[in-house]
Amino acid sequence: MCRLFALTSETPQSPMVALEALDIMREGHDGSGVGLFLRDLAGPFEDIKESPILSGIFTTEGLKRLDSFMMNLGFMTKYKLSIRVPKDQIPGVPERDFYLIRAYEYPKEWEGLCFEELGEKLLLIRLQLREMGQEKEDMIVFSFWPDVIMLKEIGDPLRVGHYLGLDRNDLKARVVMAQGRQNTNYAINLYACHPFFVEGYSTMTNGENTAFIPIKEYLMSRGFPGYTGFQSDSEVFTHILHYTIKKLGLGVDAYKHIITPLQGEDLENHPNSDFLKHLKRTCRRLIIDGPNCVIGCLPDHSVFMAQDRKKLRPGVVGGHPGYYAFSSEICGLDAVIPDRDKSKDFQPMYLDTVIVGPDRQEITICQQTDPLRLQR
Amino acid sequence: MPANRPITPSTLSIKDLLWQILWNKDKCTLCGSCTAVCPVHALELGVFRKRVVETSLDLNPASTNVFKIYHGIRQKTDPQHACVGCGMCTMVCPNDAIIPARSDESDKLIYHQNQGGQPRRRGGRRNVVGGILDQIKFIRISMLTDPALDAGRHEFELRTLLGRILSPEDNLKYLKENGWIPPVREIYPLVIGGMSFGALSPTMWEGLQMGVAYLNEEMKMPVRMCTGEGGCPPRLLRSRFLQYVILQIASGYFGWDEILHALPDMKADPCAVEIKYGQGAKPGDGGLLMWYKVNKLIAAIRGVPAGVSLPSPPTHQTKYSIEEAVAKMTQSMYMAWGFRVPVYPKISASSTSLAVLNNLTRNNYAAGLAIDGEDGGTGAAYNVSMNAMGHPIASNVRDCYLNLVKLGKQNEIPLFAGGGVGKTGNLASNAAALIMLGASGVQTGKYIMQAAAGCLGSESDRCNICNVGLCPKGITSQDPRLYRRLNSEDVAQRIVDVFLSFDTELKKIVAPLGRSTSLPIGMSDALGINDYHAAERLKIQYVV
Repeated sequence: MCRLFALTSETPQSPMVALEALDIMREGHDGSGVGLFLRDLAGPFEDIKESPILSGIFTTEGLKRLDSFMMNLGFMTKYKLSIRVPKDQIPGVPERDFYLIRAYEYPKEWEGLCFEELGEKLLLIRLQLREMGQEKEDMIVFSFWPDVIMLKEIGDPLRVGHYLGLDRNDLKARVVMAQGRQNTNYAINLYACHPFFVEGYSTMTNGENTAFIPIKEYLMSRGFPGYTGFQSDSEVFTHILHYTIKKLGLGVDAYKHIITPLQGEDLENHPNSDFLKHLKRTCRRLIIDGPNCVIGCLPDHSVFMAQDRKKLRPGVVGGHPGYYAFSSEICGLDAVIPDRDKSKDFQPMYLDTVIVGPDRQEITICQQTDPLRLQR
Repeated sequence: MPANRPITPSTLSIKDLLWQILWNKDKCTLCGSCTAVCPVHALELGVFRKRVVETSLDLNPASTNVFKIYHGIRQKTDPQHACVGCGMCTMVCPNDAIIPARSDESDKLIYHQNQGGQPRRRGGRRNVVGGILDQIKFIRISMLTDPALDAGRHEFELRTLLGRILSPEDNLKYLKENGWIPPVREIYPLVIGGMSFGALSPTMWEGLQMGVAYLNEEMKMPVRMCTGEGGCPPRLLRSRFLQYVILQIASGYFGWDEILHALPDMKADPCAVEIKYGQGAKPGDGGLLMWYKVNKLIAAIRGVPAGVSLPSPPTHQTKYSIEEAVAKMTQSMYMAWGFRVPVYPKISASSTSLAVLNNLTRNNYAAGLAIDGEDGGTGAAYNVSMNAMGHPIASNVRDCYLNLVKLGKQNEIPLFAGGGVGKTGNLASNAAALIMLGASGVQTGKYIMQAAAGCLGSESDRCNICNVGLCPKGITSQDPRLYRRLNSEDVAQRIVDVFLSFDTELKKIVAPLGRSTSLPIGMSDALGINDYHAAERLKIQYVV
């Protein structure tokens, strides 16, 4: 099993907060890897919210190739956050040349493009870089998107955090998602590390998606280039979220109706019964299975948690207005927000989607049996 | 053999037959039950002459021999009366004195079953035992992160969809715009395949219908049954139970006059309409109901004179090509029920299945595709069609599914696989294997006859006389003396048994795989086989 922790806070937080929470929950992961997703960035990134940020790991050769590739496209570096790789390596963490977090200025020709068009282009560039990197094994690219930083590495989460010096003032964010990984295969591929990202949507999962192959085949046949990778059975949760909101134009409360639709009488008696029946039929190949707790983040900075149909994984949400956290276990939440009203902690069950909106003022609970409210 | 009996080319001895009747004189009570029950009159009263040497211990009288007679059973050897191995004689014998045994070598009868220039026709399946479906194992047991599901206690959603499903984008758009969305039925993934009223006896059909109605109304299992080509009894057409029935239309159009006339009186829409273009047991050949079975009732339902053979043509005569047929027939059938009933074609598995499927993907009315493999059963067909023609279902359904995946239409056109499902009794594992290869559901007929009515037929060429209406169990006979042996209520009870046990077994398969929220259609990562080439062909794992 893996362990998950996500926070959304009015005051920018260091990713170390999340990594410490993972450390508290260390009984639930084996320290074989860590993934971080940061959004609504503070510090130097506060003023360049529009600029796309490239996150990844590069060899010296890879960085050269990146620079010439980006220059050719007309991208100019606007800001870079240098992570100095310490001389003394820690056991279990591979030797890397560069951890790259670099904000770019859009090419001049892109001026006047709407956000949708920009997003499509950014996606294609990320995919191209990923392909180039896989070819020569000199680049690993996690995200290329405005106001988003991602970092993934093999090793114990907290030790990796200290090793890379993530406890720094210029690396803070209002939304942080972190995953402590339990390695289930020997050859660790960083692309199999959560959280996953596509066009502004990100999710991480604790569990096993047993319906992976049919879902993967369905997503791959949607004709959308972003539905790729599939190194992990959990990556499809991100793709399905993207598909639900971006392609079908539905709200996040419809997400659970797609991955674990209502059955029998619940479906018959639902106020949107007709709509949901059609949704269930047509999105049948996106129904997940197995034990899964999903935590995700939307482009509007909302953070949510949803459980599988049988609620086979732990998950809790708590906090106070201005600061909420989503955690696999209560001990993780206790470590980060000890001064909250614990009686208001919420553990979503099999019908619930829990959302903390961009204003971070309250926990919204969408029960699947409620009328759909976020339908656009 | 009497001295005056000529030896002709087709004169056979008991040794030459496929089945030899072993009879025990000591146990026989000469009650005559076996000779009375034998469907092919293979047995007759035998009067045997026997010499008995009577020795004397005294000098006088001297030892002598006498000729005595005794009575018993004699097995006929002419091809028309050759034993079919059904074993009814054993079943009725009060003293277990008689049993048919299969010959220890290939029979000579096979060369003589074409008397009068008529090739052999029979019922049953391809006479080949076993198949690839039994070799497929379920290997992806969730052991790592998944607490195993409990087949007995957890909730399972094992239903499937029959009907054309639009892409999510189109469906939501049409829903908003109030456009036409094709009808879709949520049904149980095990469908009772098309066995016609006519091929089956009235008691068998009634039993099936009662069982299906019970499963739906009492057990809440949406089980559906296809009529086969032979129409539907008028009272059923005008009852609410029609909703559990898939009406089949085939190239003979038998019974459709009655169905269309009943349209204004229908209380419920049928589940679907299946247009049969082919059948796995006899690909490229039409349906066949031999004259023995066309009695007054059958003739009335089918709209034909009694006592004549009813061979359906191999093709739908009014159409030029399957493209045209699919387009026109599907649309007219949709129209007949106001576009509320899904209509789909059924074909025999073939290397041309993909072409048919590709055609359907471009026809927005096609509600699915049923594919029937070479191991499918039939009530009557030419032996050569059954044994030599056709394509196995596993690779065919897999190819079709992967083709749909390539087109992104794997959720839009449900595939239903049939032909040999449960051939060796492993109904649930065969069905699950086909579903994980890509079928949305499976159809089975022969298994139902065997399990629910005690059909004796087998792939060792046992019985298989459904075609002449002599079914000793009364399953495929139109002779009241025979079909009265079968009690409809008992059949209904067995149907319920079959589906309930199938349901439990299916859960016992999917639960360890970590699946319960939806039917694992196309979950090919769960499958393994210990045959390398089969694994490559089916794109599943090779395991040894």
